[in-house]
Amino acid sequence: MPGAREIRSKIRSVQNTRKVTRALEMVSASKIRRAQDLMKASRPYARMMRQVIGHIARANSEYRHPFLSEREAVRRVGYVVISTDRGLCGGLNSNLFRKLLAEIREWQRRDVGVELVAIGQKAASFFRRLKIEMVGSVSHLGEKPQIAKLIGVLKVMLDAFAEGRIDRVFLAYNDFVNTMTQRPTVTQLLPLPPSEDIQTTHDWDYIYEPDPQTVLDQVLTRYIESLVYQGVLENLASEHAARMVAMKAASDNATKLIGELQLVYNKARQAAITREIAEIVGGASAV
Amino acid sequence: MARLRCDIVSAEEEIFHGEVEFVVATGEMGELGIAPRHAPLITRLKPGQVRVILPGGEEQSFYVSGGILEVQPQVVTVLADTAIRAKDLDEAAALEAKREAERILANRTDAMEIAEAQAKLAEAVAQLQALERLRRNLKR
Repeated sequence: MPGAREIRSKIRSVQNTRKVTRALEMVSASKIRRAQDLMKASRPYARMMRQVIGHIARANSEYRHPFLSEREAVRRVGYVVISTDRGLCGGLNSNLFRKLLAEIREWQRRDVGVELVAIGQKAASFFRRLKIEMVGSVSHLGEKPQIAKLIGVLKVMLDAFAEGRIDRVFLAYNDFVNTMTQRPTVTQLLPLPPSEDIQTTHDWDYIYEPDPQTVLDQVLTRYIESLVYQGVLENLASEHAARMVAMKAASDNATKLIGELQLVYNKARQAAITREIAEIVGGASAV
Repeated sequence: MARLRCDIVSAEEEIFHGEVEFVVATGEMGELGIAPRHAPLITRLKPGQVRVILPGGEEQSFYVSGGILEVQPQVVTVLADTAIRAKDLDEAAALEAKREAERILANRTDAMEIAEAQAKLAEAVAQLQALERLRRNLKR
């Protein structure tokens, strides 16, 4: 029975695939937790930063930091795009890129230049072929991303903004809603949108060392960095969640396929046996 | 005895928080000692130790590689940097990021070509969506 053997080896190969997808699924499931813990750990810093920024910005109303003031004409915008390094995570990256591309085309239609920095390999290889200027890139942040690795790409953007080469900076990443849902998100980084969670009344000011501008400058830079860092963590959690779901679907499909193949195999085996018996009976009656 | 609430946080983790009696840190303009009811102050920190004296006299110290120290009468907040920062170091990192982008733009590999095909596909889908939207607007 030639058909049966082929089916058997096919079944075996699907079983092996299922083993791999199962393993990937379980690995991702355990990594989600860790990514979420990291997300939680980074929140107090951003919260305190917001308080300090709100305070300094109001206490020194005569000094408008460029990161805080809206520009009238927008001639060029920048994007910080966060993606994964590896694939096998469903439509996570392509959903984000699609949303981003629609926005970028909209800017280009309005004659606004676009440049971007890519965090993660997928973004780098995606935008590389489009006619969009990529001015910076970093990848391989690993399972425990560090801010130190982000400094470079962000400085490229922040400098461009400070010099007036670009007028707005956006951050694009996948927001981790829950394990089943990740939302592609594009938010404005610069100029910083005014935040609401700060009360407006106070009649005192800090003693600044060395001076308000320098301090505000550093605080704002760190704040932006921490926002991007949080984006990276959200995206990391999203990556693992998306991969887990994708791998679960793949395992289920493999199980279904194995079932179907098993059925075909059984039928082929049965047919072969029947044929053999028929031949024996036919041979016996001929004698 | 008056107490201070002290938070030491970095972007990556919460390092310390709790009640303390006294905080010592290395500000940009010099060593600072902060007791409860200190005047509001905000300063950049130099890389060095931040020491806190816990109620009861026990001392804990943390190393920070720079950051911001914010003081309010009852609250001290240290926003610690996670990496050594200096202007030329940052610039080197920026250059590195630029070079990486250029390297990617210059290289052509098989993996890149697959990504290209995906990119084309996504672009086509985006265009389709735009067309769809246009068509809907025309109908109205």
